Amino acid sequence: MTPTRKKRLLLILMVALGVSIAVAIFLTAFKENIMFFKSPTEVSAGQYPENRNFRLGGMVKENSMQRIPDTLKVEFIVTDFAQDVTVQFEGILPDLFREGQGVVTIGQMVNKDLFVAEEVLAKHDENYMPPEVADALEKAKTQNAKYEQGGIE
Amino acid sequence: MNRIIKFYHEMGSPPSFYRITSHWLTPLLVLALGLTLYGLIDGLFFAPEDYQQGDSYRIIFVHVPAAWMSMFIYAIVGVAGIMTFVWRMKVAEAVMMASAPIGALFTAVTLLTGMLWGKPMWGTYWDWDARMTSELILLFLYIGVMGIYAAYDEDPRKAARLAALVAIIGLVNLPIIRYSVYWWTSIHQGSSVSLMGGSNGIQDWDMLRPLLVMALATKFYFLYSMLSRAQSYLLKTEQHKQWVSKAIDGQARHKPGVSS
Repeated sequence: MTPTRKKRLLLILMVALGVSIAVAIFLTAFKENIMFFKSPTEVSAGQYPENRNFRLGGMVKENSMQRIPDTLKVEFIVTDFAQDVTVQFEGILPDLFREGQGVVTIGQMVNKDLFVAEEVLAKHDENYMPPEVADALEKAKTQNAKYEQGGIE
Repeated sequence: MNRIIKFYHEMGSPPSFYRITSHWLTPLLVLALGLTLYGLIDGLFFAPEDYQQGDSYRIIFVHVPAAWMSMFIYAIVGVAGIMTFVWRMKVAEAVMMASAPIGALFTAVTLLTGMLWGKPMWGTYWDWDARMTSELILLFLYIGVMGIYAAYDEDPRKAARLAALVAIIGLVNLPIIRYSVYWWTSIHQGSSVSLMGGSNGIQDWDMLRPLLVMALATKFYFLYSMLSRAQSYLLKTEQHKQWVSKAIDGQARHKPGVSS
């Protein structure tokens, strides 16, 4: 390699290194802002902005969803399997909203235990499969559960 | 080994690059069109529906290959940018500037198909999560590379070096896009297909097959489109050179019909 080419290569490497470091510092500094949502653990620990909307994300807890009669209101629990937060929402839920599925809700804490959402987004996971496979998996799961229960008895 | 080195040197010289790649265009286009047709029919009609999303998931056969290409092409733009900047290779300039608009197109397709899927599935067309934002920045990077080249019209070779600098700096965005869904919480899901396999994602072969076929089809389309654009780029920037008039004469003599 000729000296000029070496110099250019060095220059470009230095630029790339400098930019990478700058971007890494920027991303670390704004980590909290880049996070799309807060987890129930953070919210339970009081780490949320008061009187201001933020996003709360997690799984809809199994068997936690209930409709409040004669209204469009629903109540469900968002969990990260460590902490739970109760969420109230009035409106139409997205198609993929299901118990045991990921969800991102936008709203605020009205008191220490209740999150009122203005918007609910469903979060899909990366798993795609045909219905028959899903059925088979579900069957295997319940059978396994039965077997394990039988084992305990 | 010697043949590889010889090939590399030949590809680095505009006349032989032009001559060699001319023979590749038709087969590449045939492969691209054939595989796209097969992949789309297989994906839209024969792949089973998804257990949760029903038929809506079928947009994956366009969205995911386009997203892969948006990043793959940017990597090529960046590497060609380094070769342009350090070695001042004309063919690298041609490859860089020929690839950028194709990459921008794939990025736009990724964003649009993602929005169309996002509305019914998530409940929103757009939100500023890390994956979507970094993919949008990728589109701006492509536009930046093309814009700088177009803005500096006094000397195309100097313009290409300036564009290369933007392209190289933008490379830092690629790992951010790739890992955005793991580094930060996001609404976008993680990868459904990984080289290592794993037990998550898409396991069903009838679902996976059209996806992989489309990934291959988009690669061939890119190669076809990039090489023919790079050829035009070289013809234009080298128009006063002798090989250009020879190449054009040769094509004119062979017409009508197949070129050589």
